[in-house]
Amino acid sequence: MREVVVVGGGPAGIGAALAALRAGARVTVVDTAEHLGGQFLRRPRTPAPQFGPSDHSGGPAPRRRPSGRDRLRRAVRAIEGHPAHTILDRTSVWALEPRDSAPTVHALRGDSDGGSPDHREAHTLRPDALILAPGAHDLTLPFPGWDLPGVFTAGAAQALAKSDGLAAGRRVLVAGSGPFLLPVAASLSDVGADVVGVVEAGSAGRLAAGWLRSPVGLLRDAAAGRVEELAGYLAGHVRDAIPYHVGAGVIAAHGAGRVEEATVASLRADWSPVPGTERRVAVDAVCVGHGFVPRLELPIAAGCGIGPHRAVTVDAAQHTTVPGVFAAGEATGIGGADLAVTEGVIAGWTAAGGRADDPLLRRALRTRERHRAFAARMRRAHAIGPGWPAWLTPDTLVCRCEEVPVADIDAACAVTGAGGPRSLRSLKLTTRAGLGPCQGRVCGTALTELVRRRVPHAVSSEPVDRRPIAAPIRLGELAALDTVGQTSGEDGDVPGEASAVPPARTPEGEE
Amino acid sequence: MSETHPRETSDRRVTVHLGTTPLTGEAGQTIAGVLLANGVTTWRTTRKARRPRGVFCGIGVCFDCLVTVNGVPDVRACQRTARDGDIVEGHGVPPYGDRHA
Repeated sequence: MREVVVVGGGPAGIGAALAALRAGARVTVVDTAEHLGGQFLRRPRTPAPQFGPSDHSGGPAPRRRPSGRDRLRRAVRAIEGHPAHTILDRTSVWALEPRDSAPTVHALRGDSDGGSPDHREAHTLRPDALILAPGAHDLTLPFPGWDLPGVFTAGAAQALAKSDGLAAGRRVLVAGSGPFLLPVAASLSDVGADVVGVVEAGSAGRLAAGWLRSPVGLLRDAAAGRVEELAGYLAGHVRDAIPYHVGAGVIAAHGAGRVEEATVASLRADWSPVPGTERRVAVDAVCVGHGFVPRLELPIAAGCGIGPHRAVTVDAAQHTTVPGVFAAGEATGIGGADLAVTEGVIAGWTAAGGRADDPLLRRALRTRERHRAFAARMRRAHAIGPGWPAWLTPDTLVCRCEEVPVADIDAACAVTGAGGPRSLRSLKLTTRAGLGPCQGRVCGTALTELVRRRVPHAVSSEPVDRRPIAAPIRLGELAALDTVGQTSGEDGDVPGEASAVPPARTPEGEE
Repeated sequence: MSETHPRETSDRRVTVHLGTTPLTGEAGQTIAGVLLANGVTTWRTTRKARRPRGVFCGIGVCFDCLVTVNGVPDVRACQRTARDGDIVEGHGVPPYGDRHA
């Protein structure tokens, strides 16, 4: 019986696990959360206090048929009821160790970031195939004041609303770009926030072109329930009287010690602010998401090839460039939950050795094409405009961790000759941008873009974030592991006992 | 076999201590959730400019929300489920327990 390990319990991981089980494999799902579902299917800590059918996202739906979330919940139950499954919840994979077949998986299970009194238990898994489904995190571009408390990512607002039952603020602006802003606004409203507006940077024409481009595409999307979902959000907004602004953005946040106001401005098609259109809005929270970034820590640790758009390279069967390692979901390109599930099914079925001519696989392959086409249209409709740096000021922090302002990046880029930046890596070492505890996860996209404009040759598509440790681990935990062989990187880069943070403050921790 | 833990029911309350201030939340909330629910929006200042920090990403990516829990530093408050009696400390310049609600 083939052993398949799935890392990540979101939509892609759920699809992968269920397909692998159905193909006859023994499956272990590893996830950091207490329950399968990922960011998409967060379980409310308490039953939804008010409003709506069973999930917060859909708005009113009189003749409701099973939503994507309902189907995913059923899939989770099917996994949990299958005799050949194991779930390692609250578990972080901190290293992948290469070997002849799929890599050895080193994981720690227990309280997030560990520490006394309960030490995390070590797990070492040696699967026949490994499926990586790490998902994505928010991409929030920097703007003046974005590091004030009260500025949240859109994903944070969603997580706080759904898992902690909390509104990020009392008077809240939701801003950025993409379809995700709508469920965030709905969730905030559900938990009692006054959502004073949703501010979408994309222009009306571009959104219409993306959402409604061709009648054929529209019909297909309607069949897949996506347009219905959009209609549900819009109907919900009308009912809740949440204004939806397009072609506009939050370009600054203001306040003493926390957010008190935000500046909203009209944006041109390239997202540069239109001078004279700025207005200040009194809010105590701003929830901003300009898109998503694939989480690549584990794919990079496994040695997977990464494409030019910072997504894991996969073939038609979701196989990465590393034998025995598959990837599915947002890590292979941002595409939403439906695409993630389908990619997961293909990866899971194939990884488990399922037959290539099975109807389940063939159906998934067809569905994947449709979802990919929709995802591509969404990416075009909500693509980041190249003019966004126009809202930056010299003292706007690019790197929040190391407090590196735009002026420092400009100064480093302006140095010419032998001392000038030869690569993104050398510029990071000069300015320390991207070398803090988050390791450039938050600022990486903006930093890369700012440097590319000033010193194009410094930016290559080669990942600069290859690290020996993929998730925080304490030195004491590392020392206590007797089953561990060699880790995948150099020695001496593990963080100290006093730190659960990745090897951030040593330049050697890079690469 | 499934090894999932049933989530604690929400009718139970947990109390954590931010410094000497007791803060009560619902069982199952994260430490960040308990702090925010009590109007505490910042509990750390940055090393260089002493800028205030609290929750930013909410999903364990940004490390803005680091706290010390029961003497163990560098715990992401947004990822750690609060347990009754947890002693939580912020970092940097006080008063990080200041209420800004």
